[in-house]
Amino acid sequence: MEYGLALIFLAAVVAFVVMRPVVLGESDEAVGGSARAELEAAKEAKYREIRDAELDHQMGKLSDTDHRAIDRELRAEAIEILRRLDEVEGRSPRV
Amino acid sequence: MDPSKKRKARLILALSVAVLLAGALVYSSFSASTEASTPSDVMKHGQPGRSYELTGKVAQGSVTRRGDRLLFSIRDRNGHASVPVSYVGVVPDPFREGREVIVSGQVRGKTFQAKRDSLVTKCPSKFTEDKKKA
Amino acid sequence: MAGLGSACLTVALLVAVYAAGASVYGAVTSKRAWVVSGRRAVYCLAGLTITATVVLQSAFLRSDFSFKLVADGSSTDTPTFYKVTAMWATQDGSLLLWALLLSIFSSAVLFLTRRSLREIAPWATAVLGVVAAFFLLLMVGWENPFTTLTNPPAEGVGLNPLLRHPAMMIHPPMLYTGYVGFSIPFAFAVGALITRNTGADWIRATRRFALVAWTFLGVGIMLGALWSYTELGWGGYWAWDPVENASLLPWLTGTAFLHSVMVQEKRGMLKIWNVSLIMATFVLALIGTFLVRSGILQSIHAFGASTIGTQFVVFIALAVIVSVGLVVWRLPDLRTDAKLDSLLSREAFFLLNNLVLVALALVVFWGTFFPLISEAITGTQASVGPPWFNRLTTPLALVLVGLAAVGPMVAWRRVTLSGLRRSLFWPLLFALTALVAIALLTNGADSLPALTMFGLAALVFSVVGQEFIRGTAARRATSGEPLPRALSALVGRNRRRYGGYIVHTGIAVLFLGVAASSAFHQQKDVRISPGQSFQSGDYHVTYVRPTARLGLDPGGTGAPISFGAVLRVRKGDQVRILHPARNFYPTQDASKGAIGRYFEGEATSEVDVRWGLRRDFWAAVRPDISSLDGPIREANRKFAGANGDVQGLIIGAIAERYRRHPPPATFRTIVSPMVSWIWIGGGIVLLGALLAGWPAPEARLRRVRSLYSARLGKELTSRA
Repeated sequence: MEYGLALIFLAAVVAFVVMRPVVLGESDEAVGGSARAELEAAKEAKYREIRDAELDHQMGKLSDTDHRAIDRELRAEAIEILRRLDEVEGRSPRV
Repeated sequence: MDPSKKRKARLILALSVAVLLAGALVYSSFSASTEASTPSDVMKHGQPGRSYELTGKVAQGSVTRRGDRLLFSIRDRNGHASVPVSYVGVVPDPFREGREVIVSGQVRGKTFQAKRDSLVTKCPSKFTEDKKKA
Repeated sequence: MAGLGSACLTVALLVAVYAAGASVYGAVTSKRAWVVSGRRAVYCLAGLTITATVVLQSAFLRSDFSFKLVADGSSTDTPTFYKVTAMWATQDGSLLLWALLLSIFSSAVLFLTRRSLREIAPWATAVLGVVAAFFLLLMVGWENPFTTLTNPPAEGVGLNPLLRHPAMMIHPPMLYTGYVGFSIPFAFAVGALITRNTGADWIRATRRFALVAWTFLGVGIMLGALWSYTELGWGGYWAWDPVENASLLPWLTGTAFLHSVMVQEKRGMLKIWNVSLIMATFVLALIGTFLVRSGILQSIHAFGASTIGTQFVVFIALAVIVSVGLVVWRLPDLRTDAKLDSLLSREAFFLLNNLVLVALALVVFWGTFFPLISEAITGTQASVGPPWFNRLTTPLALVLVGLAAVGPMVAWRRVTLSGLRRSLFWPLLFALTALVAIALLTNGADSLPALTMFGLAALVFSVVGQEFIRGTAARRATSGEPLPRALSALVGRNRRRYGGYIVHTGIAVLFLGVAASSAFHQQKDVRISPGQSFQSGDYHVTYVRPTARLGLDPGGTGAPISFGAVLRVRKGDQVRILHPARNFYPTQDASKGAIGRYFEGEATSEVDVRWGLRRDFWAAVRPDISSLDGPIREANRKFAGANGDVQGLIIGAIAERYRRHPPPATFRTIVSPMVSWIWIGGGIVLLGALLAGWPAPEARLRRVRSLYSARLGKELTSRA
């Protein structure tokens, strides 16, 4: 008896909450998964890499020559990512 | 060496190291293991000088103490064959008659000489045993 | 109330299945409303499992013995703390705990990612829904925690006294939080594979969950070890028991995962490896949950025969097949973005660390499941003992600590050997000095593995110290800040890096404790009468007199009877008094007699430990109560029908008899050097993990970002 009543009540509450978006045709504003999000993430990662390399250099883990070479590579890669981001966003590339 | 050859050589090296280690793992485990056996097994096939891991239940009314030595019998989980065990060392808290225990040691004559401190009692989380008896 | 609980579970099962279905439907047809609905279903799931837990907990607090679970695991005289925690001492209750934690974690991650991961999130929702549905199905179909008794007993059985230890009651929720936490990155990895978004998105979204899971699992393992050390009466903290190993396995692969995802985030490498690792971790977490309950392996924790073993095996097999299938199916999408530049790079060291961790996990897995393996091959069950585990894991642990020391010194991409030499010079010098000092001043050289571990730990400390010093110095050089400001700014801006260093320090401290205590502990077992003494290491121990307490258990576990001993421990001119004891808990078994049932029930060692940074002195006593058999039998006969007060008096008289005419008691004492460093190390690891996982304020992240885009922008214009 208690089980049955509770079952009906809970099922009704849950159905109301869960089905609302479908009935009202609500959508969400989720983004991501797209090429743009991937590039944004890659950009963030590249920035972080540049920063870490700089810190490593300051702390003597990377010699001046090593750091110069790696930093140049990283920056070139970052610029490439920015260029592709511009493309995806439909802007004319800056370069 | 060109990079792809170098990479291949590295891969082969790594794989052979892995195979070697895996071989060592398998070999050492088989050579270091102790056989688990039941009281009836040990009574029938037990060879003196070999190590066994005896599992079973502590027989009712078999637990006695002689000085430092704890004497009890282990019987088959489902059966009546039992082996007398002589044990020295720490007795785990849940050790009781009727409980499942594991002990390792060797057969000497008619008794099972347990290795010091090798007695393990299973931890009954639910008191299922007690309830069955009640 | 039980009906409400059952109804919650039934509806929760339906909702979990719906969440999976709606999300997949929404993802496949691009009808986003269904995706939103699926996400809401997961929120509802959390609400339902929370309600169910509240219902069960209130039954425990009210001691409502019409609940079978309450009658089996609690009693009116069980202390309140243990009533609250008794839920997860049972199989049904721990399933509910799993479902509860899973639905809360799932809701949290889906809420946090509601505006991102448009493609992956619905599939992750589906995976989480399926996992939740499995656990709910187990409860609804076989192990309902809301089973009621038609004839409720007047009194419950009570919580197993062995589990009445604070560490033990916090231990299962910690472990489960760890296990459950790993299902979040697992679900998103599956989603990433299905939608072919195999970049680092899913890692970034769930990385923090993996870290939280890893931290909780680690804390759980530590608490288990602490419980073993202080409650089980054998004096060790780790026995390579299957159940202990089962919790260690996902922790090892999880540790590997936390390291290797950094390589994917930074360099886009190791994609196959990372998805495989998290899948293995999740499966191992399921196995960990299953092993405790199944009884398929001989363990001191075999919790009775389980009714849900088959279902677990089927689900684990399903998880393995789906995981392997997905990885193979998406192999072409998992190609690496970059190649390893050099073997002297952070990437290579991470890879090495991963290989060692996975090798450790393999060793532990093989040893744990060896009885089953050998039965399959040779037909007889055989097991490998702790010595086998120690022999194989010691070298791996040494390599691991060595890597923890050297790894942070190696920069990403590549370093030159001379650069590495330069950064390792001072730390190596320090470590060697420490090594020589230890070898000369202590008996540390008696054990080569221990000595090696001391040296490697010293290397870790000096490397981390150098990192902090150099980092602060570099920051002060550019910003001119005072020392404390520079240090806190340095750590605050590079939380993951410095949190990681602190974790490394903690692990090194922990291994120092393990090495010292396992190589140099001295154990003594004696059986003596009051007045007699014995020597244990440098300690002279005297059994002064026996104690017998009634209803005054200082540990608060509710033990009515406690027999113990007063030990005087003398070292040089220092004298300490220790009070080890043994608690006796009554049994409900009527055949033991009205008085006998108070002595013949469960008994637990209440060890007394003098904690110290240099060494612990650990003592346990096992009073021999067989001399009381006669009086107890007599009392059983005479006072079978007596009321509680009279019985209490009789028990008091018997206890007094034990105190007056004490038989010899068995003692175990252990002098264990530096064992407390294990717990201290664990604490340091926790602090480091908290630091690494604490979110950096959004504003600061934006500032850093804009700084770099501005600089890159400048470069772009100068090139154009």
